[in-house]
Amino acid sequence: MLHVKKALAVAALTLTVCSTALLAADDNKAGGGPEVTRRLSQEQYRQVVADLFGPSIKVGGRFEPDIRRDGLLAMGASQVSVTASGLEEYDKIARNVAAQVVSEAHRDTLIPCTPANAKQPDDACAGKFLSETGRMLYRRPLTQDELTGRIKVANDAAVGLKDFYSGLGIALATMLESPKFLFRQEIAEPDTEHSGQYRMDAYSKASQLSFFLWNAAPDPELLAAAEKGDLNTQSGLAKQVDRMIASPRVQGGVRAFFTDMLGFDEFETLAKDSMIFPKFNTKVAKDAQEQTLRTITNTLLVEKGDYRDIFTTRETFLSPVLASVYGVPLVAPAGNWAPYTFPDGDPRAGIVSQIAFVALHSHPGRSSPTLRGKAVREVLLCQKVPTPPANVNFTLVQDTKNPQYKTARARLHAHATDATCAGCHKIMDPIGLGLEAFDSGGSLRAAENGETLDTSGELDGMKFTDAAGLAKAVHDDPAAPSCVVTRAASYGLGRLPAKDETDWVKSLQASFKDGGYRFPALLRQIATSPEFYRVGPPQMGALDAPSKLASEEIHK
Amino acid sequence: MIPINRNMNRRRVLRGMLGGAAVTVGLPFLDCFLDTNGVALADGQALPVVYGTWFWGLGLNPGRWEPAKPGKMEALNVELQPLAAHKDKMNVFSGMKAFLDGKPNGVHFSGVQGMLTGTVPRGMTADKPSVDTLIADVIGTRTRFRSLEVCCAGNPSHSQSRRSGAVVNPGEISPAALYTRIFGPEFTDPNAADFKPDPAVLVRRSALTAVADDRQTFMKTLGAADKARLDEYFTSLRGLEQQLELQAQKPAPLAACTVPGKVEESPIGTEIEIVKKNHMLFAGLLAHALACGQTQVVNVAFSDATSSLRRAGGTQTHHEFSHEEPVDAVMGYQPTLAWFFNEIMTQLAFYVTTLDSIKEGDRTLLDRCAIQTATDLGYAKLHGLENMPMLTFGSGNGRLKTGIHVAAQGEPTSRLGLTMQQVMGVPVSSWGTDSMQTSKTITEIVA
Repeated sequence: MLHVKKALAVAALTLTVCSTALLAADDNKAGGGPEVTRRLSQEQYRQVVADLFGPSIKVGGRFEPDIRRDGLLAMGASQVSVTASGLEEYDKIARNVAAQVVSEAHRDTLIPCTPANAKQPDDACAGKFLSETGRMLYRRPLTQDELTGRIKVANDAAVGLKDFYSGLGIALATMLESPKFLFRQEIAEPDTEHSGQYRMDAYSKASQLSFFLWNAAPDPELLAAAEKGDLNTQSGLAKQVDRMIASPRVQGGVRAFFTDMLGFDEFETLAKDSMIFPKFNTKVAKDAQEQTLRTITNTLLVEKGDYRDIFTTRETFLSPVLASVYGVPLVAPAGNWAPYTFPDGDPRAGIVSQIAFVALHSHPGRSSPTLRGKAVREVLLCQKVPTPPANVNFTLVQDTKNPQYKTARARLHAHATDATCAGCHKIMDPIGLGLEAFDSGGSLRAAENGETLDTSGELDGMKFTDAAGLAKAVHDDPAAPSCVVTRAASYGLGRLPAKDETDWVKSLQASFKDGGYRFPALLRQIATSPEFYRVGPPQMGALDAPSKLASEEIHK
Repeated sequence: MIPINRNMNRRRVLRGMLGGAAVTVGLPFLDCFLDTNGVALADGQALPVVYGTWFWGLGLNPGRWEPAKPGKMEALNVELQPLAAHKDKMNVFSGMKAFLDGKPNGVHFSGVQGMLTGTVPRGMTADKPSVDTLIADVIGTRTRFRSLEVCCAGNPSHSQSRRSGAVVNPGEISPAALYTRIFGPEFTDPNAADFKPDPAVLVRRSALTAVADDRQTFMKTLGAADKARLDEYFTSLRGLEQQLELQAQKPAPLAACTVPGKVEESPIGTEIEIVKKNHMLFAGLLAHALACGQTQVVNVAFSDATSSLRRAGGTQTHHEFSHEEPVDAVMGYQPTLAWFFNEIMTQLAFYVTTLDSIKEGDRTLLDRCAIQTATDLGYAKLHGLENMPMLTFGSGNGRLKTGIHVAAQGEPTSRLGLTMQQVMGVPVSSWGTDSMQTSKTITEIVA
């Protein structure tokens, strides 16, 4: 019995302190958190190439896997480097992209000048291309030394290969695999408006803003605003934020954030047994993610609705293959997506009941109330569930052949009599049991092993009888909106908020609530906050006099 | 002995080749074809030593894998029977464990970290490099690939090879992709009659100098932690430069090197028949890569630490069986779990056999290998960290004795990692942290 009390106490303590823990990264930096250096994600890399060179330039190859830290890949990006095999891949990808850019098919549109002789170097033409392209890749103007160095690469390579374009391609490839492109660096400078404090320099601000709102590098207008110093004024910053939030590109940013928060990267390695779930395949997995993202962006950006409604809305979008798994009729042009509303009384309500959530948080061959309950706690409510102890006998949990325990509920109940396990299962299973109407592949079912399913459950005192009831409980849980605020701030910062930023995050949470939980308003408030750009004292050398910018030479 | 002219460096060579002329004399003899003592015998008599790891999840059933007594092995226990043909070229280590020192047991994590990094982390984030990378930094710096990693169950993150806590060498998951990486257009056949360096390779190598030159300005604004992290990037860059340098030089002939047939795309996943097929393809490719001097360090992850291997049509994974399957009252163990272990050990035997099947003079490729196995648990049913099974294969060019069972009494698993580093030439006398720290070499196997 002591064990039970101890486990419950640990669980309760864990859940209680969790939100605080998420705000308690100790960095000892007055006035702001530490600067972080983040590796571009695969999606960000692709987006930069698409923005710069257009969609006809293909990015092929395998990127180095990202890692998740404190719930987000965006925070793992501040921890990773590039391994030997990873750099091999970046090298291949860079050369492939560069070869396409300088190819006969694209050079006339993507290279802003023509060399005097295509078989020889042309420093002027190479410099023009590399200066303009480098500005977009490095997210700031190149220094004169940087530009001179790359022009020399293009020159040497053109001599060696007897071809201007091949040489230019080599120089471009070296920019695409440079750490100055692959990593986002935050440069600190004294905050002229707050004595003794530091802020990001204007170009770092531009990147912070752009990757947060668009999941992309700064566009020319934002870079120009940085160059003019506009981002260092509140009105100039707000103008850019408003422009970016009004742009359709904010959809890309919001999708990227929720893709990260919901852990959709795990779909890449999700396995479902094809004999048990013949309908579940890679197309279903892909469309399931798309369904959830469409549901979210429609609720938050199109309808400008309450964030909490993503947990209860019956309005969604389906593709034909998803309609087949859901077992609903879909009137849609062949192969296309169409809006669909689940009828009242249907257990499908909100993103938690959608295939993406229930399939992702299941075993390959069967559902898991425990995994699903854990995901609701950790992913949607930002509450950390303790890791399971060793030396536990799980024999009864999921012995599906045991005639005494036909359903997961019965097996878990038996397992929860084990004192060591009871505490943690008590905070997970009653949530996940509400989703038992959906099998591991996401399809609806009424029974397990011939026994009618009981889908009743509880979330922190809020009792429900089915998935729609669970959806309402999550909707009404104040931890849900608080969680998304913390996640959004952490996502943008690339780290957990520091102690000094606790008040700021609390104010974001309060404003989010007061404003009716409108997500675009949250984005705006974060992006216009001085705290979002405040950093600790700079690292050694950061405040050296800047090198002469290449643009100063070029625009003479 | 062929003299090594250290001054005849890549820059001199590259300068001489940029015009595209074939260079057949004056090249430095590649260190990758020398043994680590510097004895240049590139005629197949003393080829360089190889280190490798082979990882699987969930350990083995206690009482069913340990040899009957310590010392020279007369026979293997039942769960190691698939390896019986290699009894005299392997060692078995029993009775070693991971010490938690009051830290929480990161299930499926703490054990393997202790074994391969010498440190049990406090949380679920590793913070030390794995033993293979420490060894690769000594023996793998002169080969085309410092190391090669493969993950047979479809997830590159299953790799246990890490240069630091967050810098994990991802494993190749597709045999077809590994084939292209090793034996694709950038492969130089050491036995080819003609050799003419590709001017494009030389140009690329030269161009990478510009990226290396980014280091100074990029690093100066970073804090200490980020500096260390980004150092890994520049180490990787050096590796890439080295690859190109090697491509620009005529490699020494290697009699045992043959180029395998092209490997086509095949299904990837956790279903065990798929995993086995991919593992067998990987085994062949890695053996050929070693025989062709492409690397001296190879790391195989047969499964993830939790072992999500499963049988087609089954609702439970190997891991789930470990928790849920009752111990058979008559047999005294979990029969389905034993079935999985047999499949895994059979695959390990296939890997070893593949290495042993490549003849190099009167010896085999396996003879110059020292392959260390690793796993995450001792007794899977309890997810315990006691008596974790460990094996080695090959004598590492005569540096290890074989055919021995070392029966320890509750000593740290890091002893094997320390010993392997020492025999591979890493200058280390003590390794690990807290109770995993050890300076106790496993002298029973050191030749």
